Amino acid sequence: MDFPDNRPNPDELLASIIDDEEKSKRGKLKIFFGMCAGVGKTYTMLQAARVEKIKGCDIIIGYIETHKRKETEALVEGLEVIKRNRYQYKSTSVEEMDLDSIIARNPQIVLVDELAHTNAPGSRHLKRYQDVQELLENGINVYTTVNVQHLESRSETVTQITGITVRETLPDEVFENADEVELVDLSPDELLQRLSDGKVYTPERSREAIMNFFRKGNITALREMALRIVAERVDKQLHVYMQQKQIRGPWKSGSHLLVAINYKVESMRLMRWAKNLAYSMGANIQAVYVETAHHLSSKEDEQLNKNINLAKQLGIKFRIVTNNDVVSAIVDFAQKENVSHIIVGKPRVRNLFAMLRLGNFVNRLIRYSGNIDVYILGSDSQSKGRYRERFFVPSFTSNLREYLTVILLIFITSVICYVVKDYIGYQIVSFGLLFLVSILAIFFGSGPILLAAALSALIWDYFFIPPQFTLHVGKPEDLLMLIMFFIIALLNGILTSRVRRQEQKIRIREERTHALYQLTKELNTASGMEEVSHIAMKYVQKYFNLDSAIILKNDLNLLEGQVQQGTVINLSENDFSVANWVFRNSTPAGKYTNTLPSNTNTFYPMAGNKGNMGVIAVKHPIIFTQGEEQFWEACLSQISGKFEREFLRNAAKNTYILSESEKLYKTLFNSISHELRIPVATVLGASDTLLSQSYPEETRQKLYTEINIASIRLNRLIDNLLNMSRLESGHIKPRLDWCDVHDLANTVAETLKSELIPFKLSTIIPTDMPLVMIDFGLIEQVLHNLILNATQIAPVGSVIRLKIFYDNGFLNIQLMDRGPGFNPSELNFVFDKFYRGKDAKAGGTGLGLSIVKGFVAAQEGTIIAENRVNGGAKFILKIPVKIQDLNQHLKTED
Amino acid sequence: MTNTDTILIIDDEVQIRRLLEITLSANGYKIAEASTGKDGLIHAATTHPVLIILDLGLPDADGIEILKKLREWYLKPIIILSVRNSEEDIIRALDHGANDYLTKPFRTGELLARIRVAIRQSQGPSDDPVLIFGTLTIDLASHIVRKKNEILKLTSTEFSLLALLAKNEGRVLTHQFILKEIWGMGYQEQTQYLRVFMAQLRKKVEDDPAKPTLLNTESGIGYRFGG
Repeated sequence: MDFPDNRPNPDELLASIIDDEEKSKRGKLKIFFGMCAGVGKTYTMLQAARVEKIKGCDIIIGYIETHKRKETEALVEGLEVIKRNRYQYKSTSVEEMDLDSIIARNPQIVLVDELAHTNAPGSRHLKRYQDVQELLENGINVYTTVNVQHLESRSETVTQITGITVRETLPDEVFENADEVELVDLSPDELLQRLSDGKVYTPERSREAIMNFFRKGNITALREMALRIVAERVDKQLHVYMQQKQIRGPWKSGSHLLVAINYKVESMRLMRWAKNLAYSMGANIQAVYVETAHHLSSKEDEQLNKNINLAKQLGIKFRIVTNNDVVSAIVDFAQKENVSHIIVGKPRVRNLFAMLRLGNFVNRLIRYSGNIDVYILGSDSQSKGRYRERFFVPSFTSNLREYLTVILLIFITSVICYVVKDYIGYQIVSFGLLFLVSILAIFFGSGPILLAAALSALIWDYFFIPPQFTLHVGKPEDLLMLIMFFIIALLNGILTSRVRRQEQKIRIREERTHALYQLTKELNTASGMEEVSHIAMKYVQKYFNLDSAIILKNDLNLLEGQVQQGTVINLSENDFSVANWVFRNSTPAGKYTNTLPSNTNTFYPMAGNKGNMGVIAVKHPIIFTQGEEQFWEACLSQISGKFEREFLRNAAKNTYILSESEKLYKTLFNSISHELRIPVATVLGASDTLLSQSYPEETRQKLYTEINIASIRLNRLIDNLLNMSRLESGHIKPRLDWCDVHDLANTVAETLKSELIPFKLSTIIPTDMPLVMIDFGLIEQVLHNLILNATQIAPVGSVIRLKIFYDNGFLNIQLMDRGPGFNPSELNFVFDKFYRGKDAKAGGTGLGLSIVKGFVAAQEGTIIAENRVNGGAKFILKIPVKIQDLNQHLKTED
Repeated sequence: MTNTDTILIIDDEVQIRRLLEITLSANGYKIAEASTGKDGLIHAATTHPVLIILDLGLPDADGIEILKKLREWYLKPIIILSVRNSEEDIIRALDHGANDYLTKPFRTGELLARIRVAIRQSQGPSDDPVLIFGTLTIDLASHIVRKKNEILKLTSTEFSLLALLAKNEGRVLTHQFILKEIWGMGYQEQTQYLRVFMAQLRKKVEDDPAKPTLLNTESGIGYRFGG
């Protein structure tokens, strides 16, 4: 059994859960929605606010337009009002909502009138709804008002109905994502009554308004639209509710709309229509633009950008695909994305050729689309003829030099042909010229080619076709040939230049792919924030010709002005606050964006999978073309991804260090606390005994001895700890000096005199042992620890053998005992910090041998431990040394 | 002028001062104490001690600086107390006029011996040109060294070295000091000479060169004759 339509889509469920989580952190948006001005939205909003205020809610007014209506003004009283910001714009001063003050004031609810309002230049955001979104981001609930005509998707319909162009529009997404929408409704008659009573406008303005906008027909239409929108919204909420609660019902969803757009103004209408359809169907919607070899004029490019922006505004997911065959591109994309409906605009038909093409387009789309529904939307009469389909019209964008070069080349060729024409005949000349035009097409745009074709035809006619030096053509076959010559030249030229353009596009694409590959490759080999930043800035400079600066977040996930080294941009205090805003809101800001467009730099967030990594600032930005923008985003995402990996790597490293140091801390704690307590306990106990009572001299002496031994043990522990910390801090720099190893051995034996009493220390040093360059102190400590170690494990009376010799650049020190030796399994660990042999006697920290290893390593030496053949342990040290022959000096003396 | 039996202790650790006071009092010295470098300078000027014990790690000033200031006028012995592993500091202190040093923790017996040596030496070299150490006799005037009544064949450098150390019996001499005294300026870094001659001298002078009793090594710092 298959219930594809009844089953809640898991993706949607997940999305709704994420939505809920996001929403709970965000403030809630309540919209008071009306069909037009004067229905009492602001009034209703203020009433609601007063109710909340009575309930004890912290509610303030961020921005209210009372239009001097008395009833409304009365309601404002008693509510806290945030003072507005004043901007000087040209000669007039404008008041705008003070966003930062509200955020700082942090109320529970703030009232903000007229959501669709456009802010004065110099404000942070272009539009007020962006301000409101920022308030919501900061967890502040917002009450606001919207009229139906301000909704982006309805604005055109409203214009059609009322004939008034709507300037201030609101992205549908904002409205759709509102948490609550309250309809403020009034019957048209009542509204008109209120108007004529002067409750909305002043009497004269009222009369004017009734004449123009507030005609009953208009009002009824707008009212219907408003009611319908709210009804659709309720419907959708029900749908969402049913889906969340897994209630089975007649699912409308599962529909997936694809609207194919191009670079024409008609696409805007197409998208609005499709958006409405999708909304009422409860369907997903996305748009696709197929990039072909067609060269976009700057106007077309601009319109395409507008279309893409509109798609974003309408909340339509947008993609670009490249394919010369529009139909197969659309169908392929639709199939891949599991689209159920394709919506395309109906191309205009102006001539036979276009009709053929259209038939071809529509037929093919229907033929190939299979079970996908295809909607073809008629074009709008208003925009007819504004943009023409072009096929032959060349782009005259080529520069003057190209034209002059073409003329010159044709002239030269003609002269040569003229000289040789008697040998080859005038007909062959035409081939020569034709050949030249074809060649030129490879190098020049269609404008110069058109000129070349016309010019060469003219020259051939005038100078070569008999009768010469007239435009008159004698024979009819010559005329035919001339016409054919012109057409072939033209077609040849145009087709070649078309191929060339396509090639250029592919080349640019290839270059970008290559560039991206280069960037990725270089980023991957980089390590450390510094290097990554450096590479990122280098590539931004190289590919976009832009200076940039990178600001990274810190460990606390805050952006606090850590500008990476190597930038040429100086960022001001103001720039940092913009960067911070960008970081927090994950939206680009600065020049050519909707936020703070007055700044000279543009700031882009570097978004990773888990939040932003930082911000990249670009100085003197340019308006990106569509292709460039895609490329920029691709580069940015590579850079951000790399930064994220770097952050993760650092985090992983820190975690590792933390866990290691924790482990170490525990071991240290266990071992040291034991080693410290035992001697301290002895000292304390013995001294206490001595203090409390008088004992015979013999007992006292024993106790004194115990105290002495315990102190020596404590002292040794402290020495070891100090040495260890010296090693750990990396502050050990060997103080190399000439050393007589006899002296070394004797000194160690002297310091360990008492410990060595029960043993026999046999020191073997060759008589011709040279002086060696070592750190006396460090090696003394090494030998001290090794010998002490031996005295602790070797059986009493056994021989401890110390052998020192020089061999081929190395000082060799070997220490052998007759103790139990090592368990073969622990040979690898004996030098590890805090490692203590399994059979070791009580006491000892496990530091001695690790210090030995550290000190030996500080002099670039090595140490290994092994078992002796006849039992016992053997340590073998090899330290690279310089030597000096002892006897040489004595000889010079004598 | 000089208080013949007062010792000044400049150390910020009260426990060390107490230990020193007990030990030194029991051995017949009078004690003056200072816990800071500044106090130490004042006390040195007012009590005229016969010897000063100076800690290098003082709270208010670097011990070396105090040492330098003391040495501007104070000519009696100064013994440095220092923590271990700071050979460089010790050498600096010795080069700036300290007579001897001890590392903390130290044995009180050793401290007392050093004090005695320092005080004795400060009373001026003996007029007797013949120094006697057990079986070893050094005649400074005739450059003759006898061991068990047999004349030792010493080179002139060996003799100079032995004489320098013997005249400063019980006192530590840094490598640089010895090199400068015997070989002259410009030889302070040539420690290999010193090692070679010291090894050679031990063979001739000591009963057991592997367990020297007269020519002792102060590891990392220098040599000390006897004591």
